Amino acid sequence: MTEKSDLPQGTLDLLILKVVALGPVHGYAIAQRLQQVSRDVVQVPQGSLYPALHRLENRGLLAADWEETDTGREAKFYRLTRKGRSQLETEAASWERLTAAVGLILKLSEEGGE
Amino acid sequence: MTWWQRLTRRRKMEDQLEKELRFHLDQHVNELIAQGHSPEEARRIASLDLGGPEQVKEYCRDARGTRWLEDLFQDVRFALRVLRKNPGFAAVALLTLALGTGATTVMFTVVNGVLLKPLPYPQPNELVTVRGHSETWNTKIFGEQKVAYPDFLDCERDSRSLEMAGTLYDGGTVNEPGPPEYVDLRDISSGLFSVLRVNLAQGRAFLPEEDLPGGVPAMILGYSFWQRHFGARPDVLGTSVVLDQKRYTVVGIAPADFRLDGIEPDVYTPIGQNTAAYLQNRRAHPTGIVARLQPGATLANAQAELALIGRHLSEEYADTNAGRTFVVQPLRPEVGDVRSTLWLLSGAVSVVLLIACVNIASLLLARAVSRERELSMRAALGASRSRLVRQCLTESAVLGLSGGLLGLLLAYAGMRPFIALWPGSLPRAEGVNLDWRVMLFATSVSLLSGLLFGLAPALRSPVRGLEQALRAGARTVARTALRLHSVFVISEIALAVVLLVAAGMLGRTLLQLSSLDPGVNVNNVLVTRIALSPSTLADPSRIRPAWQDVLTRARRVPGVQSVAIVDTFPMREGNNMIGYSTSADIPPENQQSMTLATSVTPDYLKVMGLPLRRGRFLDDQDRIGNQLVVVIDDVLAKQAFGTQDPVGRRLWIPGASSPFFSGSNAPDVVLVVGVVGHVRHWGLASDDQAQVRAQLYYNFAQVPDSLLPRWSTFMSVAVRTSVPPLSVVESLRQEARGATGDQVLYEVRTMDQLASGTLARQRFLLLLFGIFAGLALLLACIGIYGVLAYLTTERVPEIGVRMALGARPADVMWLVLRQSLGMIIVGVGVGIVAALAAGQILQHSVEGMRPTEPSALAIMIPILVFAALFASFVPARRASRIDPMIALRQD
Repeated sequence: MTEKSDLPQGTLDLLILKVVALGPVHGYAIAQRLQQVSRDVVQVPQGSLYPALHRLENRGLLAADWEETDTGREAKFYRLTRKGRSQLETEAASWERLTAAVGLILKLSEEGGE
Repeated sequence: MTWWQRLTRRRKMEDQLEKELRFHLDQHVNELIAQGHSPEEARRIASLDLGGPEQVKEYCRDARGTRWLEDLFQDVRFALRVLRKNPGFAAVALLTLALGTGATTVMFTVVNGVLLKPLPYPQPNELVTVRGHSETWNTKIFGEQKVAYPDFLDCERDSRSLEMAGTLYDGGTVNEPGPPEYVDLRDISSGLFSVLRVNLAQGRAFLPEEDLPGGVPAMILGYSFWQRHFGARPDVLGTSVVLDQKRYTVVGIAPADFRLDGIEPDVYTPIGQNTAAYLQNRRAHPTGIVARLQPGATLANAQAELALIGRHLSEEYADTNAGRTFVVQPLRPEVGDVRSTLWLLSGAVSVVLLIACVNIASLLLARAVSRERELSMRAALGASRSRLVRQCLTESAVLGLSGGLLGLLLAYAGMRPFIALWPGSLPRAEGVNLDWRVMLFATSVSLLSGLLFGLAPALRSPVRGLEQALRAGARTVARTALRLHSVFVISEIALAVVLLVAAGMLGRTLLQLSSLDPGVNVNNVLVTRIALSPSTLADPSRIRPAWQDVLTRARRVPGVQSVAIVDTFPMREGNNMIGYSTSADIPPENQQSMTLATSVTPDYLKVMGLPLRRGRFLDDQDRIGNQLVVVIDDVLAKQAFGTQDPVGRRLWIPGASSPFFSGSNAPDVVLVVGVVGHVRHWGLASDDQAQVRAQLYYNFAQVPDSLLPRWSTFMSVAVRTSVPPLSVVESLRQEARGATGDQVLYEVRTMDQLASGTLARQRFLLLLFGIFAGLALLLACIGIYGVLAYLTTERVPEIGVRMALGARPADVMWLVLRQSLGMIIVGVGVGIVAALAAGQILQHSVEGMRPTEPSALAIMIPILVFAALFASFVPARRASRIDPMIALRQD
């Protein structure tokens, strides 16, 4: 399975978890939210969003229920499970550590280059 | 949702997936319309953004994690559908597989029941046997040694590591209740059943106080004997049975199928009550021992302990026990030479299975090549290589398992006939049945063969040169496929050659052995054992007249020409071997020359039709008190006297083993009065390889009184008849009852039966190898036919071109036949090399087997080549009738 995403590997999962953490939400809304937040930085192909959602549901990080939307249509709403929440915390923390470390290294190399 | 729910609610999951994606699309479209796009435009953009809906769904399905199982179901369904669509292919493939696995399963079931299953007692690995061991004992000639009864008692008393029980072969006549019947009697220690941890079917085992001289006479009945002789009467416990004039009380009934050394005895009595002299003698070694390791003891403990006991006994009883000790071995089921027969047959049957697998592999490969375009199409639609390989493997596994199931049914049906066919009786046949082990075996064989023969096509399935395959159409046969097909055909032919040549060798051997002169005239001779009346045996002075009476009565039977009494007759289990010397100077026991010694009455020469070469045979003048005389055979004459005339020469028989045993240890001197022809005592096949072939006859009248009671328990009656020998059995039985009416015949057989019985094993092997070879030939022909038919079909356009350019039908036929002839020749070449190796194995494990001779090849190879060419002829002929116009337009 190839995900034609420009996001670094595993980042999509993290972003989804973060978006879902804000409250039960359906797939389209997640896609919208991701686009809004990261419009000019990354492109999230919608085609890889649903497999990712299903995979997270499969791993028990997300749970889903069919509920009615404001417009009265039935949609699949995802919410975070307890397991998903702790996974989000771990991943977010490790992401921050990673980016901090990468930033530090990039800074070092700039100084070294001068 | 659990994975199980995800799997079972597949339809619902698909609906929900569809609904979710549609919701997404609709939302997007609505939004785009709201932004001012036209509906068509909005729909286009939204679809582009989401990507191909089927692709997205596929990714989502992958994400479920149960994908492989769903695929498996799908593949299995697909495989079954493919099989249904090709009934011809399915029938051939399933039949091939069913025959292969069926035959293999039958063999494994027997091997499992007879060789692999442990003894049918609790904790069988704790069971051991104790054997006697002596420096001077020649195990090669005499086999394993049993133990003297007093030695057994000492071991039983002193051993801390073993719980022991003794057994003793015995026999006797039951006079009451019912008609007199000779019974197979076993004298046993009181602890036997508890050592084996076996519960009696009814009643109790012997008590320790019954296992002593003068104990209350108690008896346990064998289950079959109870059913046969007592009609399974439930109230038999506590009743009395008269055995050899002694009245016993029945205290128990042994469990059904309880066997000692592979035989179910009729009756058991306590060994401790047997006061026979040879049981008090440390020189006689009749006691068999079974024992169980005490908790915590190991085999090594027991061995060390028994060796120590043996050393003490050899010091204490130096005259009888010097150089003697004991060995402890794990107790194993008694199966005799069945082991090598079974392994030979298993080998043959695996060859058949292998051919079946190769056959299926080539059929599947042919199909895979024809389906190349289908598979390429799948690959083009996005199926991955591993997915295609998996599909091929699933298809062949489905085929393998269904074939295996059919094979199991076949095995179930064929098992009983196969065992019934076994020469003599198959030891441990009661344990041969389809149990979980057999099921496991059959399943793994069919699965393994499925994977094995699915592998070649599966590895081909890939996507090498995808567009090339799509473009090529059906006009080309890839080189690799051609090479693989040739390898298949060649190996099938080679394997079939091995079986055919083996069957040929067996057939030749059997012919050769059957034409051998057994040394006696086996026509019209009846041999039967006879038990003298118990009242006679109890009184030694009446034994000689009783035998005389048997002779007289037997002569009176109409149709009987001559009668003799003999202790061991040819081609039957049982023999008496003694040492001899040509001088008074006797070498030590293990360096003595050995000869078979047979005790007979003078008419034996006439009854058996022995050719008298020199001198005279025994006559009525040879009695106790007269000169001890013997008649020897050609072999002994040559062995003892070379080219000199043996008549009038002397032989010295060491006192310990002499049948003339005079009481002292001095050798008995005997005079050779005649020479007769050699008799194949050990059987037609085995006699040439026997350790002891020399033979000597002495007159039963010269056996001393002291040995007479014991000798009398071995004696048989042999009669030559002028009518078919079995027709005199009833009148002989009546006459033999004697004055007391309680002398019974048992083990009644004709010499003809015995002689052909010695070849039963070879005949059985020939029959089965013949069946297997025929099966192999058939399968190989099907394989050749299938491969050539396929290759020819693939070459139709080429042949069309050839014919358009002027090739005649004969040329085309030759084109096809040449291809198959090439494979056949290589196959036969490889097969001959393998057959020579297989011949070596046969020669080592079948008595009388001749080395591979060119004639065996010369008969079998043409059969195979002819059959193989016949199989190729059909496709060749079809090719020669191709219409070039149609062929060129094809595809």
